Amino acid sequence: MRAEQWMDGIALVLVLIGALLCLSAAIGIVRFRDVPTRLHAATKPQVLGLILICIAIALALRSAEATAFVIPIVLIQLATAPLSAHMVSRQAYRNGTLDESTLLVDELAEARTRDEES
Amino acid sequence: MTIVLVLIYVVFGVAALVTLWRIVVGPSILDRAVAADVLLTEVMCVLGADMVINHHTRTLPVLLVIAAIGVFGSIAIARFVARREGR
Repeated sequence: MRAEQWMDGIALVLVLIGALLCLSAAIGIVRFRDVPTRLHAATKPQVLGLILICIAIALALRSAEATAFVIPIVLIQLATAPLSAHMVSRQAYRNGTLDESTLLVDELAEARTRDEES
Repeated sequence: MTIVLVLIYVVFGVAALVTLWRIVVGPSILDRAVAADVLLTEVMCVLGADMVINHHTRTLPVLLVIAAIGVFGSIAIARFVARREGR
C-alpha cells in the first residue's frame, strides 16, 4: 500500500514537470523572434515532457500492457519530431523568414547560390 | 496532493492559451505550423496526464495514433509553402 502511494506521488510530480516543460515551450514560442529559434524552443521540451509523462503513465498504471504500449509512443515521437522540425526549418531558410543578421556562419548559403546558378 | 493537481491544470491551461496566442498572431504560416505542432503535443500530454490522474487506459490508442500521424501536418504545410514559393 505504501509503495503504491509513493509511485502515484512520483507519477504526479513527473506529470507536473512535463506540464512545466510544455509551458516553457509555449513561452519560448511567444518570446523568440524568428521561425528557427521558435522551432528550437518548441521541439526539445515537448519531446522531453512527453517522455516524462509516458514514464508517469507506466508508473501509475503498473501493468505490463500499459508499459509495452507507452514504449512505441516514445520511440515514434523521438523519430518523427526531428523530421518535421527539419522540414519546417529548411523551408523557413528558403523563404527568408529567418533573421540573417543573427547568423555567425551560414553554411547553407553556398549550396543555395549553387542551386540558383545551375 | 490536491495542490499538485490544481497546479498541473493551471500550467497546462496557461501553456495552451499562450500557444493559441501565437497561432492567432503568428506573422508567417510556418510560425503557425510550429505552434500547432506544439499544441498537438500538449494535447498528447494532457491525455497522458488524465490517464495518470484517473487511472484508466482508454486513451492510450489515441496517444499512439497522434504520435504516428501528427507529423504529417507540419510536413504538409512545409511542402505546400515550398510549392507556392518555388519558381
